[in-house]
Amino acid sequence: MSAQEELVKHSASDMAAQLRSGQVSSRELVQAHLDVIEAAEPSIDAFLQVSADQALEQADAFDQRLAHEGAEGLPELAGVPIAIKDMIVTEGIPTTAASKILEGWVPPYDATVIKKLKAAGMPILGKTNLDEFAQGSSTEHSAFKTTHNPWDTERVPGGSGGGSASAVGAFEAPLALGTDTGGSIRQPGSLTGTVGVKPTYGGVSRFGAIAMASSLDQIGPVSRSVLDAALLQEVIGGYDRRDSTSIPKPVPPLAQAARQGQKRDLKGLKVGLVKELGGEGYQPGVEARFNEAVSLLESMGAEVVQVSCPHFPYALAAYYIIMPSEVSSNLARYDGMRYGLRVMPPEGVPQTAANMMAATREAGFGDEVKRRIILGIYALSAGYYDAWYGSAQKVRTLVIRDFEKAFEQADVLVSPTSPTTAFRFGEKMDDPLAMYLNDVATIPANLAGTPAMSIPAGLSDDGLPVGFQFFAPQMRDEVMYRPAAALEAALEEQWGGPISKKLSTPWLDGLAQDSTK
Amino acid sequence: MISGMPTFTREEIKHLGDLARIALTDQEADRLKGELNVIADSITKVQEVAGDDVPPTANPIPLEAYLRPDEAEEPLTQEAALSGAPVTESGMFVAPRILGEE
Amino acid sequence: MAEKLMKYADAVAKYDPVFGLEVHVELCTNTKLFCPAHIEFGGEPNTQLTPVSLGLPGSLPVVNKTAIDYAVKLGLALHCKVNEWSQFARKNYFYPDMPRDYQISQYDKPLNGEGYLDVELDDGSIFRVPIERAHVEDDAGKNTHVGGADGRIEGADHSLVDYNRAGVPLVEIVTKPIEGAGARTPEVAGAYVRAIRDIVRALGISHARMEQGNMRADVNVSLHAGPDAPLGTRSETKNVNTFKGIEKTLTYEIRRQAALLESGGEVLQETRHWDESTQTTAGGRVKTDANDYRYFPDPDLVMVHVTKDHIEELKAQMPEMPRERRARLKKEWDFTDRQMQDAVNADAVDLIEDTVKAGATAAGARKWWLGEISREANTRGVSLQELPISAQDVADVEQLIADGKLNDKLAKQTVSGVLAGEGKPAEVVKKHGYQVVSDDGALDAAVDQALKDNPDIVAKLKGGNMKPMGAIIGAVMRATKGQADAKAVSKIVMERIAKS
Ligand SMILES: [Mg+2]
Ligand SMILES: [Zn+2]
Repeated sequence: MSAQEELVKHSASDMAAQLRSGQVSSRELVQAHLDVIEAAEPSIDAFLQVSADQALEQADAFDQRLAHEGAEGLPELAGVPIAIKDMIVTEGIPTTAASKILEGWVPPYDATVIKKLKAAGMPILGKTNLDEFAQGSSTEHSAFKTTHNPWDTERVPGGSGGGSASAVGAFEAPLALGTDTGGSIRQPGSLTGTVGVKPTYGGVSRFGAIAMASSLDQIGPVSRSVLDAALLQEVIGGYDRRDSTSIPKPVPPLAQAARQGQKRDLKGLKVGLVKELGGEGYQPGVEARFNEAVSLLESMGAEVVQVSCPHFPYALAAYYIIMPSEVSSNLARYDGMRYGLRVMPPEGVPQTAANMMAATREAGFGDEVKRRIILGIYALSAGYYDAWYGSAQKVRTLVIRDFEKAFEQADVLVSPTSPTTAFRFGEKMDDPLAMYLNDVATIPANLAGTPAMSIPAGLSDDGLPVGFQFFAPQMRDEVMYRPAAALEAALEEQWGGPISKKLSTPWLDGLAQDSTK
Repeated sequence: MISGMPTFTREEIKHLGDLARIALTDQEADRLKGELNVIADSITKVQEVAGDDVPPTANPIPLEAYLRPDEAEEPLTQEAALSGAPVTESGMFVAPRILGEE
Repeated sequence: MAEKLMKYADAVAKYDPVFGLEVHVELCTNTKLFCPAHIEFGGEPNTQLTPVSLGLPGSLPVVNKTAIDYAVKLGLALHCKVNEWSQFARKNYFYPDMPRDYQISQYDKPLNGEGYLDVELDDGSIFRVPIERAHVEDDAGKNTHVGGADGRIEGADHSLVDYNRAGVPLVEIVTKPIEGAGARTPEVAGAYVRAIRDIVRALGISHARMEQGNMRADVNVSLHAGPDAPLGTRSETKNVNTFKGIEKTLTYEIRRQAALLESGGEVLQETRHWDESTQTTAGGRVKTDANDYRYFPDPDLVMVHVTKDHIEELKAQMPEMPRERRARLKKEWDFTDRQMQDAVNADAVDLIEDTVKAGATAAGARKWWLGEISREANTRGVSLQELPISAQDVADVEQLIADGKLNDKLAKQTVSGVLAGEGKPAEVVKKHGYQVVSDDGALDAAVDQALKDNPDIVAKLKGGNMKPMGAIIGAVMRATKGQADAKAVSKIVMERIAKS
């Protein structure tokens, strides 16, 4: 194993410790990851944009700061590089939402989370691939490229945040940011054997996250360990006055909860199995790993109870009304006037502003985006508002009530993250409904604004990763970090290390044997 | 309040395309017609449980708006504001011929 | 294309107009409704933008507190029910001057609900205009049409868009259907919009300059044959931005619709435009689904909460409303109805009040502002406020008169000097050497000479007939080139006569 390979396979918190002890510099960390990116991209295709120069500059700035002022006042992850889903705006780095309609757009401002990362001295490696405007569950709807699952490059990495999940899974980045509207952080986490967290709605500022469905969108961490996710959420979380839906409270003590969890003592913790999230439609290998993990939780002292959330079966339907409705409005601004693509109408069609907009949007949006916009326009139209959007908002209330009742019986709720493991390219592309079913277990948390996370639970019989999902009550994100870290520690003991130990990484074989260090 | 399941015709899809400012081709409209009928069919399910006694939720976390003080911050420069524009003229964004009121 | 019109008198004799107004008032906050971009009229294009007001991907709106406070004050002035909880909603439609292609407005939960405004008509009678709501929303940018005739949309080749105005806070005041104004419909509409202008100025929440588009009105009207007859189809004339235009739009539409109905034609539900150059309204697009704005609560914003206590606080800050204030001042100043109306029409009420505050009498202040100074404003075609004379200047002139330092004639010359930009009254007086001759020696000599020259008048005065006194004063004035103080002259004359 080359020195780079060894370096990039550490967890982010280990990298951070090495930075502070002077074993490695931020520049070396960034360079090592840039090397991996170069080696891995031909087979993984996780990045839309690599910002090597900026990342190295940021790394140098951090190294200097560390040398002169020390690490005082900096978050633990300071100096550790990160990749960003291309749904989050970055000043000076092209941001596309994986859509032709935004191709070439260079934002004149940074998202709040990007400002926080920069303030923390965390270099930005680049922008990762996604389904166009985060709409999809396989990253196949990207206008630019298809991202491959590191566990089987013939298979999808999940979506929409397949780029961030694969980049972290393939060691191209130790950390990444994703956005989760219906499971877009957690489902790819599940399919790529990584950790993905959707914080409480409003727990992380959305300012600078390109809107898909505003009342559901949430930025969150992608990592290879629960503790890394906790540390990253502490960096990006907290109140932001630029986001009216931001919660005016400090971030709960997440890393502390994760570290406590690593002690593997769950006595007194009540774990609720959600009856409605399992059974029919769930792959047997997924259910097997899930059940084993539940037993592990029990073995650490947790009490397991069954809870029922009777309205969860309606969540998917409600989601597919609310989400497209908001999409239809949020994506109206891509009209060829102020940024991005402009396409003039074909000859013979009047060359008017309205026709230019229609021609631009026809050419600039992909099929899935058009499908959702049209559906959303319909759902909001006069005469259908009550029947559709209005009803869906009521289901939202019912799902929130289900969660509230369930959390009277249990401290955390659990379920498989995704009903299946990673599927082959093209397998669900022609059947939108089948594609939508990927998110059946993740969507309730978006509707209810509750935090949820996915951690690897092992490999299914097909040798592909299975995800285990935790839910916690609103604004109590720390509650899920403790059992998640405990389960992770217990599983890693069984596996003899993180699940990525089982991953073969042929793309790293080409890495130079003589590293910079 | 169970309203009839919507069935989309090609003309309706085209009309929705107009409202969405997307110049759908006939082929696209036909394909969408089929897909949307299936999707719509499955999601009318929400009406089964959306009773009159259930209040709607617009935002999952109950918050009231933060009202910011009326203090100015540095604006974008004109250059930055126009930097992404497909066509500009005299410091302004160019729109093709605008016909009538919206 | 000249449309058939019925004579106005015939039209309103035959049909009852029912009308409605949607008045948009731009609030004069420092920054925009949803972002901290500074607002300034007439700045370089596209320089008053943040990512939010340019609608950049990822940007999010945050509500301006001052805009909400201003809107609450307006709601209170319009006797609206101010809702403690209100909500912003998206009004979705595509237009090149809208950065997000939706407007953030309010729909089923507006800040201000039902209210009313009593407006005073020319004959002093009061008409109560019922108000449906007064909600908060953001403005769009501005299109300049290029390549066509006189910047009009028709025939233009392309348009240039400046988004500086995008995001400026507006309050849209929507009336209920207004019935029963009959022939006075245009007058009621004009008085109503002027009353709103006066109110927002009194509140200090808008510059309310129609010519800068700070106030714009959508004018809806339909006709029916009588109170119980079914309502006709209404037309909506958008963005009329002069008081006269609002009145004329209504007159024109009533005449046009009456002629249409009379000839068995059909009024179309359409959007029209007032054309100042032809003094007509012109048809726009017939509405089909234009009304389908697909409103829904803006998921980027949460409910706005204005507490009862805060509403009370704002109530306590409310100044006296213009109509009440006028009634009070009229009494205090002892003006006749006519005098007060003239002061209002000349937009001189504030100036007179300030002049009185600076020490002048109300009658004195009125005399100057509605006399000399108004004439000068008319000649120059500007408002009183724009002339280079202040309330303090006028009060100073009045003081000089009271002190006997200026007579009427010199005072007028002094005011002319101030208006000509020669400086403050004292400076003008000094510069021209305006001075009432009060130096006893010179005045005594002039009086003595006048008495000597007019023995017949002296005889009359001695006989107790004071009428010819004016002739003596006139003679003294001539002798002193107008610088004598008439009172002082008559005093000396009386002394001489008593002595002799
Ligand atoms: Mg309106
Ligand atoms: Zn409006």
